[in-house]
Amino acid sequence: MAADRTASAPAALTQATGATRGTIGESTLRPDGTLKVTGEFAYSSDLWHEDMLWGFTLRSPHAHAAIRSIDTAAALALPGVYAVMTHDDLPAETHYGLEIRDQPVLAKDRVRYHGEPVAIVAADHPETARRAAARIAVEYEELPLVVDEATATAPGAPLLHPGRRDHHAAHAPHPNIVHRQPVLRGDVAAARARADVVVRRDYEVGMQDQAFLGPESGLAVPAEDGGVDLYIATQWLHVDRDQLAPVLGLPADKVRLTLSGVGGAFGAREDLSMQAHACLLALRTGKPVKIVYNRYESFFGHVHRHPAKLTYEHGASRDGTLLYVQCRIVLDGGAYASSSPAVVGNAASLSIGPYVVENVDVEAIALYSNNPPCGAMRGFGAVQACFAYEAQMDAVAAELGLDPVEFRQRNAMSQGATMPTGQLVDSPAPVAELLRRVKALPMPPERAWEAAGGPVDVRALPGGLSNTTHGEAVVRGVGYAVGIKNVGFSEGFDDYSTARIRLEVIGGEPVALVHTAMAEVGQGGVTVHAQIARTELGVGRITIHPADTRVGSAGSTSASRQTYMTGGAVRHTCEAVREEVLRRGRERFGASHPAWAEPARLRLADGKVVTDGGEVIGDLAGILGDEAIDLEREFRHRPTEPFDLRTGQGFGHVQYSFCAHRAVVEVDTELGLVKVVELAAAQDVGKAINPLSVVGQIQGGSTQGLGLAVMEEIVVSADGARVRNPSFTDYLIPTILDTPAMPVEVLELADDNAPYGLRGVGEAPTLSSTPAVVAAIRAATGLPLKRVPVRPEHLTGT
Amino acid sequence: MRVNITVNGRPYEADDVWEGESLLYVLRERMGLPGSKNACEQGECGSCTVRLDGVPVCACLVAAGQAEGREVVTVEGLADHARQRSTHTAGAVRPGGPGAGRTGEPEVRPAEPEAIHSGEPGTGHPVEPEPSRPGQVAPLAPVQQAFIDAGAVQCGFCTPGLLVAADELLERTPDPSDADIREALSGNLCRCTGYEKILDAVRLAAARTGKAV
Ligand code: FES
Ligand code: FES
Repeated sequence: MAADRTASAPAALTQATGATRGTIGESTLRPDGTLKVTGEFAYSSDLWHEDMLWGFTLRSPHAHAAIRSIDTAAALALPGVYAVMTHDDLPAETHYGLEIRDQPVLAKDRVRYHGEPVAIVAADHPETARRAAARIAVEYEELPLVVDEATATAPGAPLLHPGRRDHHAAHAPHPNIVHRQPVLRGDVAAARARADVVVRRDYEVGMQDQAFLGPESGLAVPAEDGGVDLYIATQWLHVDRDQLAPVLGLPADKVRLTLSGVGGAFGAREDLSMQAHACLLALRTGKPVKIVYNRYESFFGHVHRHPAKLTYEHGASRDGTLLYVQCRIVLDGGAYASSSPAVVGNAASLSIGPYVVENVDVEAIALYSNNPPCGAMRGFGAVQACFAYEAQMDAVAAELGLDPVEFRQRNAMSQGATMPTGQLVDSPAPVAELLRRVKALPMPPERAWEAAGGPVDVRALPGGLSNTTHGEAVVRGVGYAVGIKNVGFSEGFDDYSTARIRLEVIGGEPVALVHTAMAEVGQGGVTVHAQIARTELGVGRITIHPADTRVGSAGSTSASRQTYMTGGAVRHTCEAVREEVLRRGRERFGASHPAWAEPARLRLADGKVVTDGGEVIGDLAGILGDEAIDLEREFRHRPTEPFDLRTGQGFGHVQYSFCAHRAVVEVDTELGLVKVVELAAAQDVGKAINPLSVVGQIQGGSTQGLGLAVMEEIVVSADGARVRNPSFTDYLIPTILDTPAMPVEVLELADDNAPYGLRGVGEAPTLSSTPAVVAAIRAATGLPLKRVPVRPEHLTGT
Repeated sequence: MRVNITVNGRPYEADDVWEGESLLYVLRERMGLPGSKNACEQGECGSCTVRLDGVPVCACLVAAGQAEGREVVTVEGLADHARQRSTHTAGAVRPGGPGAGRTGEPEVRPAEPEAIHSGEPGTGHPVEPEPSRPGQVAPLAPVQQAFIDAGAVQCGFCTPGLLVAADELLERTPDPSDADIREALSGNLCRCTGYEKILDAVRLAAARTGKAV
């Protein structure tokens, strides 16, 4: 089994055939599908080495405490234990971080959040490692807590990172504020004076977790050259490596990462979790070390979605024109910065939603606190704002006596509109149309549980099989929402991706090998790359090389950017390969046909060189012979620029994506139970490279939004900032019983700036599904509901 | 302790098993069968669903000793299990139907270095030489093929558990209603798909199998 899985022989990793199936726009099936349904696909937690040890992490029981001493002797004395490491054993740099290197590999003299890693152990059995960790004696002295804006900025508040010198520190209004971004445009005071209707409300979004199923895990193998090879589930191999090399005290080329199977990500694998720990233990013991978090640890091992407190004021004229929006968004970033600065930028710049508003006054901040660290999660800063602005749109429409969809449509942005940041929306923005489409879908039948005159089918009722009701107090509501999300990395980030393509003839048949460092986390990038290469090169057999750091960076599998960016890189590299094919063809066969002199007229199809008139003038087998073409190219999207720190003005985003939802819910008002009956979506994807995957992404994203609406929240105890529900028993994610039918309408309005006109898909559906579900619950119950998740007690007033 | 379990029709034994080890741990780490997944190890997610004497259970909640002398079917044995079932019933799965899609697509495996691989037996081992190795192209169970065809697999971490549960449902209820499917799969979490395509897959498998008999 080992022999056919070596990383050095990628051709042997695949089974390819000559079928030319699956070009751009077709619902090609996943190339890894068979392995995944047979149990053969190797996820990071499945890796095994005959000589390996198991790593385990000791974590802080306190949210804020000084460490007085650590005694590891009893742990080391346990038979089977090979190493115990604390902060004092670190070989080099002691901190890492995505934007700001403020996170210790192991806590030194202070812990800042509940669950922070304090020591690591390697042993020959996972249970031995756990028992050894339990024998490490740590003396703590609890410190006062910072848990919200008031405690963070109070006079004399403990500073999370005293003496911080990062690039945001200079303009942060307080050392416990990671970053602040205002967006100012027009004259809000004057607009307020003209407004007929003003609605001001506070909202709150709880701390959501990505809750991917495949736990944080990986295998670090010490190498003979003193370096380390890490097999890991991550979202961005190169940024992991760039953070790891300094803390391991190794040059970057001695830290080699290879992607192993990833069981979902949703942002939670952007930051390091066990990577450094596994590598440190492997280098210390000289043996391969595997770490697999259990679910409890996983809740401490990654950042969460920022919980938020939001204050919004909307003003509108009697005719239904939105005149101004003033808002303040306070995001709790927890103990370390992670990607909080970028989350602030998104929340601020997208805070008004997909609407045209001339006058805006926005402020978004992220706090440092002793709560769990928060960072990237699907929707990244736009989710929190969308919940609030969409609730506001309903509230203003109600004040005006207008239909909520019509009110949105009247103010909807379209191509040519100006964002509050001053950026021109220069590609299609079919906001009104998306709303029209979800509204036009047929409604699910009412009270389906009592249909056909038979006995009541409790499975279709709120409460389901618990048999809590036969429908006596069940009322229905319908709600709508729409959102705007940026695609790709923003604010001047040098966002690029790399692809390497090798075209050669094997057994008389052309074969293309696509090598990128893109993290396939389940989204289907590997499918799309094969489709693009097949389309561009006219080659049936495509092999996907395992993702590793031996090729240039692909950037992160986040921000809905990989089909755009690494897909773009694959296309761009294919173009270079095609040019080289034509150059070689011209050199060898140029005299045989006049069309060789006009490469613009030639394309590759079915392994042949074909003129625009359809005439075949050569074939790849003849042109290439036994000489491969092997090229690597980078692809960049158009440059963006940072937002002005005082006004928020600037061309900050590459592309926007839009999704609208209609939710239909039934609520048992006696018990406070909600059943989402249907969640319909309409989204513009620019170009559906793989329609089946696109629909799957929209449904998956919608479901995570539904989860935030009615059940998902990490509960942190108010007194001690301790996580109270780190398990799937207590942190609930939607099951198949909680998830309704999800019809999806897909629009394809090309963005001329993007490869194939495509638009990033993955995140937009997560935005609007939450406010749509809550709007439907409001419609059913008449309750204001200003906080998510909505819990039974919010509905019953208990 | 020593544990003897018949897994996917083959006898296995594992030595030096700790009292606290779960069936899931023994399958994954000692017998080299990592197909059953470890997403919560608390009986909450269904990723580790296997059949124990025919009954779907969370392998993470079964102590290894409880499985002594019993029959286990994991996702690795699902295709064989389905094949045996279909030879016991009136008609076999149509040749060229489910499974026919397998040869049309390139596969992509996550990389593993030499000497590192998933699922190599630790201290557990098959009692008899293995008749076949993974990687051989054998027809998939109808429900496996349907999951691929319907787009019900994204990251795929939930897939093995869902497949075992769905296959058991179809064995009991060849033509399930949507409510039946939801009920049967309610113990299996999926974070990626939103379940709609999983429903599609089970409906598709039911339709295809129904046509075959
Ligand atoms: S791993 Fe067994 S139920 Fe989750
Ligand atoms: S959990 Fe990823 S596909 Fe189900």
